[in-house]
Amino acid sequence: MIRLQTEPIVIDELVAAVRGDGDGAVATFLGTVRNANAGRRVLYLEYEAYGGMAEREMEAIAAEVVLRHGVSRVAIVHRTGRLEIGEASVGIAVSARHRAEAFDAARDVIDTLKRTVPIWKREHFEDGAVWVGEGA
Amino acid sequence: MTVFVLYFASLKDRTGLGRESVDLPEGATVAELWETLTHRHPGLAGFTARPLVACDKAYAAWDTRLDGVSEVAFLPPFSGG
Repeated sequence: MIRLQTEPIVIDELVAAVRGDGDGAVATFLGTVRNANAGRRVLYLEYEAYGGMAEREMEAIAAEVVLRHGVSRVAIVHRTGRLEIGEASVGIAVSARHRAEAFDAARDVIDTLKRTVPIWKREHFEDGAVWVGEGA
Repeated sequence: MTVFVLYFASLKDRTGLGRESVDLPEGATVAELWETLTHRHPGLAGFTARPLVACDKAYAAWDTRLDGVSEVAFLPPFSGG
């Protein structure tokens, strides 16, 4: 399961998509919307993605991570549109025979996603909004 | 030849556009397209570092020739996750 969606992320769906009878572990990760950044109160976030390419890059990460860590399956779902404080912006699930590689792979997925997947977030404050990472 | 250019996030703000089509001489490169765009949209000139580029949804170098490419996207620094 690799996709962008505007609807809330249901982590159980990701777990169901990756779990297998030969696996002893499923590691999950949710990235959530914080109420403040660098001392400023954040009202909500807005995510934009390059549809088509973002999914392609997430597919590439899943394939690489399976090879690199020897895990069974990887699911990645990222939200787009407006997200309120506390909502999950990204969900990851990794199944593996043992916990160590499941944890390592889940961390590798989120770290790589931040570098290679064309998705952008805009923080909305009381007095304006800014695209994160560029200050414009 | 004509390419379809996509802008995202801060680059969309700087151009005021999400997309536009641009006519270019045959054999033009990504770098030459960017040069054309910075004249068309003065706001792009303030973008100090060269953004990442994707041609038909795959990362491409700035010297890539655009023959046969239909969609070029300029990608400001990512902030997903």
